[in-house]
Amino acid sequence: MSQPAVQPVPASPTPEGGHLLEVRDLHVEFRTGEGVAKVINGVSYHLDAGETLAVLGESGSGKSVTAQAIMGILDTPPAHVRAGQIRYRGRDLLGQSEEQRRQVRGKEIAMIFQDALSALNPVFPVGWQVGETLRQREGMSRADARARTVELMDLVRIPAAASRLGDYPHQFSGGMRQRVMIAMALALNPKVLIADEPTTALDVTVQAQIMDLLADLRRDLDMAMILITHDLGVVAGVADRIAVMYAGRIVEHADVRSLYRAPAHPYTKGLLESIPRLDVRGQALSTIKGLPPNLMRIPSGCPFHPRCPYVQQVCVDVVPHDLVLGDGRTSACHFAQEVHDDSAR
Amino acid sequence: MLRFILRRLLQMVLAFFGTTLIVYALMFAGQGDPIQALAGERPVTAAQRAYLTEKFHLDATGVGGFFYRYFDYLKNLLQGDLGQSLTGRQIGDILAAAWPVTVKLALIAMAVTIVFGVTAGVIAGIRRAGIFDNATLVLTLLVLGIPTIVLAPLAQYLLGVRWQLFPPTAGADPDLYALLLPGIVLGSLSLATALRLTRTSVAENLRADYVRTARSKGLVKRRIVGVHVLRNSLIPVVTFLGVELGNLMSGAIITEGVFNIPGVGFNLFRGIRTEDGPLVVGIVSVLVVVYLVSNLVVDVLYAVLDPRIRYE
Amino acid sequence: MSDFETVAATENQAARRGPSGEPGAPDQVGVPRKPRSLAGDAWRDLRRKPIFWISLFLVVLVAAMAAVPALFTANDPRDCVLSRQHAGPSGGAIFGYDFQGCDTYARAVYGARASLLVGALSALFTGLIALTVGMLAGYFGRWVDALLSRVIDIVLGIPLLLAAIVLLKRVSTSSDNVRLFAVIFVLAVLGWTTAARVVRSSVITAKGQDYVAAARMLGAGNGRIMWRHILPNALAPAIVVLTIALGSFIAAEATLSFLGIGLKAPTISWGIDIDAGRVHMREAATPLVVPSAFLALTVLAFIMLGDAIRDAFDPKLR
Repeated sequence: MSQPAVQPVPASPTPEGGHLLEVRDLHVEFRTGEGVAKVINGVSYHLDAGETLAVLGESGSGKSVTAQAIMGILDTPPAHVRAGQIRYRGRDLLGQSEEQRRQVRGKEIAMIFQDALSALNPVFPVGWQVGETLRQREGMSRADARARTVELMDLVRIPAAASRLGDYPHQFSGGMRQRVMIAMALALNPKVLIADEPTTALDVTVQAQIMDLLADLRRDLDMAMILITHDLGVVAGVADRIAVMYAGRIVEHADVRSLYRAPAHPYTKGLLESIPRLDVRGQALSTIKGLPPNLMRIPSGCPFHPRCPYVQQVCVDVVPHDLVLGDGRTSACHFAQEVHDDSAR
Repeated sequence: MLRFILRRLLQMVLAFFGTTLIVYALMFAGQGDPIQALAGERPVTAAQRAYLTEKFHLDATGVGGFFYRYFDYLKNLLQGDLGQSLTGRQIGDILAAAWPVTVKLALIAMAVTIVFGVTAGVIAGIRRAGIFDNATLVLTLLVLGIPTIVLAPLAQYLLGVRWQLFPPTAGADPDLYALLLPGIVLGSLSLATALRLTRTSVAENLRADYVRTARSKGLVKRRIVGVHVLRNSLIPVVTFLGVELGNLMSGAIITEGVFNIPGVGFNLFRGIRTEDGPLVVGIVSVLVVVYLVSNLVVDVLYAVLDPRIRYE
Repeated sequence: MSDFETVAATENQAARRGPSGEPGAPDQVGVPRKPRSLAGDAWRDLRRKPIFWISLFLVVLVAAMAAVPALFTANDPRDCVLSRQHAGPSGGAIFGYDFQGCDTYARAVYGARASLLVGALSALFTGLIALTVGMLAGYFGRWVDALLSRVIDIVLGIPLLLAAIVLLKRVSTSSDNVRLFAVIFVLAVLGWTTAARVVRSSVITAKGQDYVAAARMLGAGNGRIMWRHILPNALAPAIVVLTIALGSFIAAEATLSFLGIGLKAPTISWGIDIDAGRVHMREAATPLVVPSAFLALTVLAFIMLGDAIRDAFDPKLR
C-alpha cells in the first residue's frame, strides 16, 4: 500500500505565550435515537511541554471523550463536536482535514487505553502490531521496524522482548499487555501521551509498576502527559496539576498540592473525603450521595446541585462560572471560597 | 497446534464410527426382509438376492451377526469397495464419473458466494443501516425463505425455458456455461447466509476497541478496514464457507436432479427415485465421510485463522 | 443536609417519570423505562412493523386453508379428468388444470393441510425435545450438560437431508398415515438441536437470577423452580426459534415429498405437485408456479414472522 510521504512536522517552538496543547470551550454531544446527550459542555484545559495533567472524574464525566476528541478518534456519528477549539502548537486541530489530523495521531499525540486486551488486535502478533506503526508511518523496512520494536519493548521493560515478538496479545499478562500498548504509543516519539485509565484493569501491585514506568518514560523522553483516571490515589505521585470533571465540565482546576490540601469545589471535597486514609482514625468514610446525572437531562444551574451539601437556591437557577482563587486555581462553584475555607480548616 | 489437530482427528474418527453405525443400523436392523428393504417395491431376481446376501453377509444373524456385517461394510467402505448398484454397475465407478462434475458445480457456487456474498456483506457492514444494507437484508431474507425446490425449477423455467438465457438442462458432459445457472441457484442460499454473517461480523468488528487503537496509531482508514477489521471479520465467514463447501457437495441433490447434472447428487436422486438401495447406501456413506472430513478441515482452518484457538 | 436530600429525591422522581411527568409514557427520551416489561416493549415495536402484519396475515390465511379448504375452493382436488389436461381457467379453477387434469388451484389449497400439519407437529415435538434437553442441560449443568451438549453436537453434525433419506427409505412401502408421522418423526429427531441450545442458554441465564435463588431459599424443589420460574423465561426465545423452524420444516417436508421419499399420492402435498409441474413445465407453467408460490409464501411468512419477533425482543441482533 502506498503511503503519502511522511511530512516532517515543523518543529516550531510553542508560540509565544501559548501552550503546547490547549482545549478551549469544547462542546461534544452524542446524537442517538433516544435523544441528544450533552457529554462535554465547555471544557477548557491546557498542557505545557514536559508536565503531567491529571483529568479526574467519574465514568460518564466526559474525561475520555475529551481525550478522544483531542485524538480525533470519536465515533462520528453518534458523537458531534459542536463547538470549541483544540489547539496544538497554536494550530486548531478541529479546523484541519482528516489527513492532517491523521498525521498528528501517534506522531505528535499518542494514546493508550484502559483495557489492553481488547485494545490490541487479537489476531496479530504484538511485534507486528508495534512494528506496523513504524512501517506504515515511517516507511521503515521490515528488519528496521523489527529492531526498533525490540528497542521499544525493552524500553517499557518487557523481559526477553526479542523472543516475544511473535506472541499474541492473549499470551501476555495484563501488565505486560499494557506495556505493549505503551511501546506502541511511543513508537513515533510523540510529544504528548494521553493515558486513558491505564491501570484500571490491572492488579494493584501491577498498577504501581505501570504508573512508575509512565512517570519515568515521561521524564526520560521529555513528553507531556494527560493522565485520565477516576482514582485520586493514582494521581498524587505523578501529576503536576489536576482538572476535576463533572457532567462534561471542569469543576475544579488546581496544582496537586493545593488541591489535596484544600479542595475548593464540593465535588472534589467529596471525592477526597471518600478515600480511605491511614492517618485519620475513628472517622466514618463519607461518600457522595446520589448518582451522576443523566447527560440527556443535565440538572439546571450547577449540575452538581442535586448531590451538593452546600446547595442553595442560586445553585438551582444559575450556572456557576469559574472562580479564580489565587495561584491560578479555579473552581466552578458559587461558594468556592467557603468550600475552600471549610476544607482548609 | 499439532495436539489440536490430533484431538480433532480423534474426535472425527469417533464421529465416523458413530455416524456410519447409525446409517448402517437404520438400513438393516429389524427389517423383515433386508433385501426387499434395499430394493423397495421392485422385484428382486434370484441372482440379485444371492449377490446381496453375500455382499452384506445377510446370512449372519443376531447382534454378533449385525456387528460382523457392520465391520465388513466399514472395511469395504474404507477400501473404496462400495459394491454394485441394482443396475449392476460398480458404485465406485459411478461416483468416480460423478465427482468431477459435482466438485465443479460446488466450486462455481462457492465462487458466486464469495464474490457476491462476502463482498456485499463487507459493504453492508461498513454502511450499516444505509439503503444498500437494508436492501440486502430484505433480499437475503427472500432468498433464505424460498426453498430450493421452488428456486431451482423456477429459475430453470424462467431463465432456461422462457427467456433462454441459459441452457435449461446440463446433459451428459456439461461445460462451464451449462453449470453456471445451477451453480448460482445452488450458491444462492450460502450467498445469503454468508452475506448476513459477513455484515454482522464487519459491523461488530468496526466497533471493536482495537479499531480505536489502530486509528490512534494514525493508520489510514483503508488499512484499518482492509487489514485490521477484515482479518477479524473473516474468521467466522471462512469457517462458514468451509462447512458450506461440504454441504454444497452433499446438498446438490435437488439442484443436480432438477438440472440433470450427472453429479453425485443426481445419482443419489436417481437412486432414490428408482429405489436402488445399495446405490443410496453407498453414496450416503461416502457423503457422510466427505462431510466429516470437511468439518475437520474447517476446524483446523479456524485454528489457523484465530490464534486464540490455536494456543488454547 | 435535609435540603439536599429533598432536592435529590425530587430530581430522581422527575427522572423516573420523564419530561411529560406521565409514568410509563411510551418512548420518553433518555429516561430509564423501569415499569415496562420486555414483552410490552417488544409488542410496541412489533405493532409498528408492516412486515409483522403481512406475515401474520399470511400465516392465518394458510392456517384457515388447512383447516377449512372448502372455504377457498368449491372444486375437489382429486377430481381429475385427463381430457382437461392443461386446460385453461374455467368454473372456479382460476389457474386452470394440470397434467392429470386436476384443478391446480384446488390442489394448492388442499396442499396446505399436509404442509401445516407436518410443520406444526414437527415444531411441537421439536419444542418438547428441545425444552426437555435444554432445561436438563442448563439447569443441572456439570456432567448432564457435558453429556447432552455432546449429543447436540453429534446430532447437529448429521446432514439432515441424507439422514432423512436413509430413515424414510424404511417406510417407503407403508401407509399414508405412517409416512406422514415418519416425516414428522424424522424432522423432529433431527431438527431440535438449535432450539435446545437456545433453551439451554436462557435457562443458564435465568438460573443465575436472584429470584431463583430466593425461591430456592424459600424451599422450592428443583421441579417447582424449573416449572414455575425458569420455564417461562426460556419459553419466549424458544417460541421465536420454533416459529422460524416451523417454516423450514414445511420446506423440508416439501423437499422430501419432491424427492419422492416424503409424502406420496394420494396425499396432496406442494412438494409432489411442484415435482409433477416441473416435469411438464414446457407445456404449461402454472401447475409449477402455483404450488411453488404457495410453498414459498408460506415458508417466507413463518420465517419473517419469527425474524420480526426476534428483532423486537432483541434489537441488538440487528
